[in-house]
Amino acid sequence: MTPAALELRGIVKRFGSVHALRGADFILAPGEVHALLGENGAGKSTLMHIAYGLLEADAGELLLDGSPVRIGSPREARRRGIGMVHQHFTSIGRLSVEENLRLRTMQDDAGRCRTMRLGEGLDPRAMVETLSVAEKQRLEILMALAAEARVLLLDEPTAVLAPSEVEELLGSVRAFAVAGGAVVLITHKLHEALAGADRVTVLRRGETVYSGPIAGATRETLAEAMLGAGPPPAAVSSSGLRIPASPSQRPLILAKGLEVLPLEGRGPGVAGASLEVHGGEIVGLAAVGGNGHRELLLALAGLLRAVAGRLEVARPLALVPEDRSSEGLIPALSLAENVVLEFGGRAPWVRGIWLDWRLAQGFTAELLREHAVDAAGPDAPAATLSGGNQQKLVLGRALARKPRVLLAENPTRGLDIRASAVVAERLRAVAAGGAAVLLYSSDLDEVLALADRVLVMHGGRVREAPPGAGREVVGRLMLGEEGRPAG
Amino acid sequence: MAAAALAMGLLALALTLLALGYAPGPAFGALWRGAFGSWYALGSATLVRAVPLIILGFGFALALRGGALNIGMEGQFLAGAIAATWVGLRVGELPPVAAVPAVWLAALTAGALWVAIPVLLRLRFGVLEVITTLLLNFVAEALVSYMVQGPLREAKGIYPQSDMIAESARLPLLPGSRLHLGFAVALLLAALGQVFFSRTIWGFRLKAVGAGPRAAWITGRIASGRLLALALLASGAIAGLGGAVEIGGVTRALFQNLSPGYGFSAIAVALLGRGQPLGIVVTGILFGALEAGAGAMQREAGIPAVAVSVVQATIILVVLVADAAVRRRESRTPVVAAEAV
Repeated sequence: MTPAALELRGIVKRFGSVHALRGADFILAPGEVHALLGENGAGKSTLMHIAYGLLEADAGELLLDGSPVRIGSPREARRRGIGMVHQHFTSIGRLSVEENLRLRTMQDDAGRCRTMRLGEGLDPRAMVETLSVAEKQRLEILMALAAEARVLLLDEPTAVLAPSEVEELLGSVRAFAVAGGAVVLITHKLHEALAGADRVTVLRRGETVYSGPIAGATRETLAEAMLGAGPPPAAVSSSGLRIPASPSQRPLILAKGLEVLPLEGRGPGVAGASLEVHGGEIVGLAAVGGNGHRELLLALAGLLRAVAGRLEVARPLALVPEDRSSEGLIPALSLAENVVLEFGGRAPWVRGIWLDWRLAQGFTAELLREHAVDAAGPDAPAATLSGGNQQKLVLGRALARKPRVLLAENPTRGLDIRASAVVAERLRAVAAGGAAVLLYSSDLDEVLALADRVLVMHGGRVREAPPGAGREVVGRLMLGEEGRPAG
Repeated sequence: MAAAALAMGLLALALTLLALGYAPGPAFGALWRGAFGSWYALGSATLVRAVPLIILGFGFALALRGGALNIGMEGQFLAGAIAATWVGLRVGELPPVAAVPAVWLAALTAGALWVAIPVLLRLRFGVLEVITTLLLNFVAEALVSYMVQGPLREAKGIYPQSDMIAESARLPLLPGSRLHLGFAVALLLAALGQVFFSRTIWGFRLKAVGAGPRAAWITGRIASGRLLALALLASGAIAGLGGAVEIGGVTRALFQNLSPGYGFSAIAVALLGRGQPLGIVVTGILFGALEAGAGAMQREAGIPAVAVSVVQATIILVVLVADAAVRRRESRTPVVAAEAV
């Protein structure tokens, strides 16, 4: 029997008092595509970071091709043929594709420079900044391959891709496996695992609870493994008891021919977009990164100036930004300070130039309770909260302003299914209360499930998807292709 | 932690003295007496030397709170001193109640102007103020040289120094000592600063800009650039005021080498005081004490006064290392992994 390409046995990892992994096992055979499935917070990324040398396990064994090894750093991992592609890309924007590849091979193999086979339609001279997100990801994979990886660890690779790009990725991954390599697909999406993998392992709360061939697994068994026994939470996709409020007469968000310059000079920015959102509606915005959705949201929030067009947005307005740790919160400041930050000058604790911190702290404590944020108290630095709790705080804080317009960018990022369901509930509640909600999510399923209407952004322009459009149609619009004619 | 840093500093001095063949005992005795041994020592030596350190220390802390490093306080101090001297020589007719504020106003303006160019360069071109403010220090020194040998030169024309400023522009002294009104100014500034930092919305906004400029913009809707510019201008103005206070209360005239590096010592004072105005008063007095004691150490024990720099340098090193160690411990987990849990 051929030894496993990669095997992790009984891995334990603690971060302070948090037990990220409690004796997790994982076996990867050569030539297979293996999905590592689990909710956010289950420990999937942590486990793979240990295999890649980014973290050291507190206990357990790591075996490569059957022999025990200790991998102390990513460099060592790469030397042993393990490559990892993270959610944050490591390529250097200002250099070309070619230069990035050469840099990677020089990094790992001093003096040896090989000409890479650059199939896949990537222009070797192109500056990486100009590439699309999917292309940058392809480059990340190529860089891993350039370092002669035999084991590829992909961390949530489809999070940033449009549906057809996901298919392409799964195709490349399959080709790599057929040629003898082994691939780990870290994902929290059931349907991807079922579509692309040969075997699946499910982690829950830091333990391996299921492992087996895909052929023998069903949606139900996998979902149960991921969530554990017990009543399933209301899925994001169930509309439940929502009675859509009749849309208000006047739109609370109105944009006509809006033009906004691109951030950092990259991409189209907003190139003449028109849209309306009425109170009581949840309007979804679907877009591949780099097509202007950021500029649109920031302009609607009044943070970027439009260079042309008309824009009217009702107040109070709240924004839940995409990156909670660098845009939504200031990690070094306390939770109360972060709440004060959002409210600004119009807050119960502000009188003239004076700030009543006790009032702010009391308010924050109440906010933490109401939104079930697990934190030591209003004085705790925001950095001490887990990602999921930070997200709860950011959303709760925005809702506490009783906004008439809510702009949300990936509001369920990093949240497990239950917490995501709560977010969905709150968004529905806010809309039912008469607010206009514009929701951007890179998770197309989430957009389709929550939104009354879907707008698609491509090349800086906004188009409305036909009513009832599914993933296929919206996916095509996201890539700028015209929808297929009905029929 | 500050106490530990001080202890280590004193230990380092003791070891240095031993290594050089001096007896630490008498040296430390002299050090203490020079700093705190008598009311006179306390008032006229320690506190007088603390005044510019507190004022400039607060100025640095103000800019630092917003995320800017004003390394040019030395130059802004001198610019303020030049302006103070120029005005101080001309307000003889005015009563002190008008003369002193006039001098201060000139110094505040001069200090702000001296930092205005770095501010503009940072806003417009993103040039790091660390560099621009530092370079302007040299220009200020040269300007002082020029002034005392030219336009501001004393009437007698013998030495490169200005005449003494008018009586009404001089700061009153505490009877029987050399402690001047500037000490009250320093304390008042620190008190106002503390209130500003901890209780006002603008003090909070400044902190937000320094701690997280992107979040300050996106969530706080704060115009970070403008706020930071204001903080830097204020920082320069305050440093200029420090120069005026030194002229008005201590030297009463302008000459070269007016500042024995206050602009830089103040950085250490501010950092050791954790950027908190009240803490800066304490550390300013501490550093003032070391300087005062150093003079006594030299006179009584024959040890070069500069030896006390060992204490200051050690304190700074300890604070920096401790800060770095704390930050390293907190970020043991790579960012990538922290997101996953």
